[in-house]
Amino acid sequence: MDETDKTHAARSLPFLTLDNRDFWTGGANNRLLIYRCNSCAYYVHPPTTFCPRCESRDVGAQPVSGFGTIFSFTMNYKKWFPGLDVPYIIAFVVLEEQDDIRLVSNIVDCNPDDVRIGQRVKVRFEQASDIWVPLFAPVGDLS
Amino acid sequence: MKYPEKNVAITGIGQSRISRDAGFSPLSLTLDAVLEAIADAGLERSDIDGMSCWPGDYQDASGMAPVGIPALQDALRLKLGWYSNCRETAGQFGAIFNAIAAISANLCRHVLIFRTMYQATARKTSFANASFQPGGRAFWPYDWFAPYHAYAAASQQALYFSRYVHESGIKPEQVAQIALISRQNASLNPAAIYRTPITLDDYFDAPIISSPLKLFDCDVPIDGSTAIILSRVDCARDTRNPLTRIEAIGSSMQYRNSWTQLDDPATQALPGVAEMMWGRTDLSPADVDVAELYDGFSFHTINSLEALGFCPKFEAGAFIDGGSRIALDGELPINTNGGALSAGRMHAYGQVHEACVQLWGRGERRQVAGDPRVAALSTAGGPLAGCFLLVRDD
Repeated sequence: MDETDKTHAARSLPFLTLDNRDFWTGGANNRLLIYRCNSCAYYVHPPTTFCPRCESRDVGAQPVSGFGTIFSFTMNYKKWFPGLDVPYIIAFVVLEEQDDIRLVSNIVDCNPDDVRIGQRVKVRFEQASDIWVPLFAPVGDLS
Repeated sequence: MKYPEKNVAITGIGQSRISRDAGFSPLSLTLDAVLEAIADAGLERSDIDGMSCWPGDYQDASGMAPVGIPALQDALRLKLGWYSNCRETAGQFGAIFNAIAAISANLCRHVLIFRTMYQATARKTSFANASFQPGGRAFWPYDWFAPYHAYAAASQQALYFSRYVHESGIKPEQVAQIALISRQNASLNPAAIYRTPITLDDYFDAPIISSPLKLFDCDVPIDGSTAIILSRVDCARDTRNPLTRIEAIGSSMQYRNSWTQLDDPATQALPGVAEMMWGRTDLSPADVDVAELYDGFSFHTINSLEALGFCPKFEAGAFIDGGSRIALDGELPINTNGGALSAGRMHAYGQVHEACVQLWGRGERRQVAGDPRVAALSTAGGPLAGCFLLVRDD
């Protein structure tokens, strides 16, 4: 794997499974896919085939808007290994569709010093091997 | 008895030398701690009929858990009625809670519990802090963090801590008091790793690891081992130390057990276990004489102070402001041996060892005045949390 980003380090990647494949590959079609109950419309994340709200087993991937809000973030300064370019932002992003879905991500395409909790962000994707990594960038007047 | 933990006591403690470069094997360090604990209880090797540990042998080079039950049982040739490691449990204290259950089920009487870490030496040869390797593939639960250069526990904890700072409004100079008090206590503990007191300027001059976590907010990887003996109370009366019972435990899991979806990153999983613990005792936070609160990161201690009821939610900043309340001579002395921040990362078992030191009056220059009888202990980190109260009966 030789894909690198601004940190000049190859991203570690998840193993693809039958449960997580839609999430990690939806970016190939520029779509963020989140599992959703087809009975009660509740989003279920991490993806699994059971709705904890209505107990339906009819749960599957559906595209969401890709908009979200920064719930929390950290500016990483520690050079965990030689060659890692710092600082960079790691964040929890809450999806606009449902406030109990929290994605880990990097906040990109902005000045890291301008990142704030509560900021509205939108997804974009970066391909790394067989994965399309969802990243988020600020939208609106703060971008 | 309604709550079985009240029928279980800690009867002995032992600890190897804690260092940044042991020069002895992990198993050798473990034997140092274990043999000391058995002797400290006034027991013989043949009295030990149970073994418990968290998390069990990791079977890797990280130094996180280099010794498990099989290697130690065989080295000591112990004959056991019950033994078990555990990893998916209420944090590091799960080993204690399991042992309480086993003792209560009459499977054993004297359980040896140990925690050994070898991360100081391991870090010299590998990227041992890493939850996963750059460019590699990650398994659950790290798969959701893996692509985002979130390499260490500090990366996750900084995300939780950042939310806490946002919601509580705690000031950095208040957060700093946890590290400053720990170092002050460590200066009185000859076994601590770092013993030179630090100032507020030192705290702010140190590198930021991942905001808002600064260097002195993070505990110190070490080589070392700690052991305790857990005994059924009627068998504990013959042992050497004052009868010191487990008064109440908090072992519940009331939230989503997930490092990303945990219900409330600002408080982590502590409120649920604290509620369970206080529901099993007539004691209240005001009865606690000394608090040994997990400090893998200073933020964990701050969470514990609030969740265990020593101050209201999001008011720990005011409570620890200036440090006097949590100092050795304060109303609630915390992490009296220097904690993991300064005495070294013994993963909550340093806290258990130190609670007994204090309740048994062995603290020497760091002994809390007033003959402490009640200690509160916690462990924390993401969805993992556990707590218990330890009470000297005599």
